[in-house]
Amino acid sequence: MSKQYVDMNTPVIEMRNITKKFGDFVANDGINLTVHKGEIHAILGENGAGKSTLMNQLYGLFKPTSGDILVNGKKIEMNNPRDAIDAGIGMVHQHFMLVQPFTVTENIVLGTEPTKGIALDMVTARKNVVEISERYGLSIDPDAKIEDISVGMQQRVEILKALYRGADILILDEPTSSLTPQEIVELIGIMRNLVKDGKSIIIITHKLKEIKASADFCTIIRLGKYIDTVDVDTVTENDLASMMVGRNVTFKVDKPEQTPGDVVLDVKGLRCVDYRDVEVVRGLDLQVRRGEIVGIAGIDGNGQMEMVEVITGLRKGTAGQILVNGTDVFNKSPRFGFDHGVSSIPADRQKHGLVLDFSIEDNLILQNYEEDPFAKSSILQREPIFSHATESIEHFDIRPGGSEKRPAGTLSGGNQQKVIIAREVQNDKDLLIAVNPTRGLDVGAIEYVHRYIVDQRNKGKAVLLVSFELDEIMSLSDTIKVIFDGQIVHSIPGKEANENDLGLMMAGGK
Amino acid sequence: MEKKKNLTTIISENRFIHTIFCVILGFLVGAIFLVVMGLDVGAAYGRLLKSLSNIKNISYVIVYSIPYIVTGLSVAFSFKTGVFNIGAEGQFVVGSMAAAVVGILFGHLPKIVLIPLCFMAAMCAGALWGIIVGVLKTKWGINEVLSMIMFNWIAFYLSNFIAGIPAIHSDGSAEATKNIADNARTLLSEDLIKEWGLCNTANWGIIVAIIATVLIWFIIDKTTLGYRLKAVGANKFAAEYGGINVNGSILTALAISGALAGLAGSLQLMGMGNRISVFSSQEGFGFAGIVVALMGCSNPFGVLAAGVFYGWLTYGGSKLNLEQVPTQLINVIVGTVVFFIAISVIFKYLGNIKKSSKGKKGE
Repeated sequence: MSKQYVDMNTPVIEMRNITKKFGDFVANDGINLTVHKGEIHAILGENGAGKSTLMNQLYGLFKPTSGDILVNGKKIEMNNPRDAIDAGIGMVHQHFMLVQPFTVTENIVLGTEPTKGIALDMVTARKNVVEISERYGLSIDPDAKIEDISVGMQQRVEILKALYRGADILILDEPTSSLTPQEIVELIGIMRNLVKDGKSIIIITHKLKEIKASADFCTIIRLGKYIDTVDVDTVTENDLASMMVGRNVTFKVDKPEQTPGDVVLDVKGLRCVDYRDVEVVRGLDLQVRRGEIVGIAGIDGNGQMEMVEVITGLRKGTAGQILVNGTDVFNKSPRFGFDHGVSSIPADRQKHGLVLDFSIEDNLILQNYEEDPFAKSSILQREPIFSHATESIEHFDIRPGGSEKRPAGTLSGGNQQKVIIAREVQNDKDLLIAVNPTRGLDVGAIEYVHRYIVDQRNKGKAVLLVSFELDEIMSLSDTIKVIFDGQIVHSIPGKEANENDLGLMMAGGK
Repeated sequence: MEKKKNLTTIISENRFIHTIFCVILGFLVGAIFLVVMGLDVGAAYGRLLKSLSNIKNISYVIVYSIPYIVTGLSVAFSFKTGVFNIGAEGQFVVGSMAAAVVGILFGHLPKIVLIPLCFMAAMCAGALWGIIVGVLKTKWGINEVLSMIMFNWIAFYLSNFIAGIPAIHSDGSAEATKNIADNARTLLSEDLIKEWGLCNTANWGIIVAIIATVLIWFIIDKTTLGYRLKAVGANKFAAEYGGINVNGSILTALAISGALAGLAGSLQLMGMGNRISVFSSQEGFGFAGIVVALMGCSNPFGVLAAGVFYGWLTYGGSKLNLEQVPTQLINVIVGTVVFFIAISVIFKYLGNIKKSSKGKKGE
């Protein structure tokens, strides 16, 4: 990036020698960070490296054990996010902080609602929201309820919320993890507009490509320690990756050639409507065969999520047939689908994938709690449940070890995903549906998840992969199907795909 | 600084200690009220303690506590399974009326048949009351809290209506039902009461309450049913995704919870009440169950202890006017205890911040 907007003489954020300890554990060990006016600064590190801890101190959620924080050259004590907001810092969290039954407008203005006398002035609020969303080119439906819109849309609301509060320094925690390639390009455009306005952006990420595409400088953290701050123009993606994990990383997925077998999933003429009663899946046909990964590429909102929900039994379709090994599971319960060979890694792991208050051992038996050996005569058998968890934790490298009895909610995102994968893979069903399986995971965890998905294919399972990560679709899929406006419009062999063509097809071109 | 931290951590992490802490605060606030009113704190609390002084008083406390334990279990079970049974009041009322009808009309049956029959009738009536609300919720999405509050009143007037039916209504001038048959009563034998020096309504309902406590603990902690209901309560989306029948589980949870409240109604009738008066206002056994469940941290054994505590305060409170202390002191104490337990969210929040910061360690 050209750094044309960076004012190197005006540091807006200086974090000096920040150390944060939790008990004996050192999460941040003497970290330095300087961000200038008009700069996009990336913080790079694996999950658990201490990026979020560092940013949470900047946002007033934790207090540093030692070290100083300066905003606009003045030392500041941050006791809570209010102090950070007052200092002009805004943060978009990775896990959204939205009120589900509220509308987009209500969420964006929450806490700073315009009023008329003592009454809420929702007309003005809505106008302001529309205005700001147009100004930054983030289109949204201001009247939709959060619980009804996709993860990608929710992310936009979060970004708008921070912008609405007029922050000069924006912290974005994994902002692109759920966006489509086109949306990412748009977001980068928005970020450039913002720095042009004299704002500064800190972006927490482990996506090297985006750092190259958007950031001016990058600070790398590994295991809580400061590694380096580099000028992004002078380093390659591989340099960044090895600085992040401390070893060389391969991005390639090894996949032996194999000929697909019988059809496992056969979707015919599927139709369904979304929450607005608008038909979003419109006569969709799809086949997935044994030993094959079929990747669904498409821009969010083209019906792929609703399609998966109908296949997994969470949503009723309006017409069509869904054969799994010849049995029609259309409009049957999730249990019926499961019993007839469907397992899935859901898009929203905290909502659908896990009961966060349940222990890991209990989450691992979510579908099998009534079966031998986990239950006998309707009584849960704690010993087999525990040893099953011990084996899974060991085999699937769920960290920390020995966490059988810990609530799933205390694990990091990557390890929560491993719990779901452990459960679904061990269910050993003929069809595995994976939706955005690596969302928010770091390079190491992604490698791992991809290996398991390919393993399933190699074992002769049928795999349906729905992902907004084009790289993921391209590197894993044997066949790529492009979904547009509720129909499969293109089907191409994975080997022949390239990003530009796919991008065009997803936008309805070609 | 470090020491203060430890105290909040201990209080927030150990629910038992936390509850005791809240109870102490309740008595402190009660004492403040007494002092402000110029009353003798020692005399008032002394009278409360006196109600635990001999076997007769203790037997009163236990008899008083029976319905509170079981309605407490009802509400605690609903908390664990993600519904809020504010309708225990109405289920209690229909349960006791069902038991009364059976106890009056089938008085000729032997004890060994009649008593279980009364219990069954009460539990079925309570469960039915829960299920109706559950169907309204699962079929039409009607908020269970609203419909339960309405069903509390429906139960109230239904009970008054049934009490007025000639076959049920008292032959005398009392605005109440007939007395239930002696064969439907759970009283201990007169000899035993005399020999042990117990109160004259001493009954073995407490045994039923203890059995119910153990049974509910077993269901919640040890069975696949409990697993399923808890999963739906904690995250119905994940439960559905995992193949659990969410609506069926909600209905089951409400039925069990309702059956318990109904059982509580029959225990009160067959032990203490003997007949059902025409109500002029809601008696509040079901609402007390909410208080007991909160004090017992929704843990069945916690509820057992909290029920006895509540029974003690109710019985002890009824003696307070002997010291010229208003009985309402009890409401002040209980209200304060519940208040501090309810704001335990704050303690938990403080604890959680520490926990989650510790949790980072494992990432």
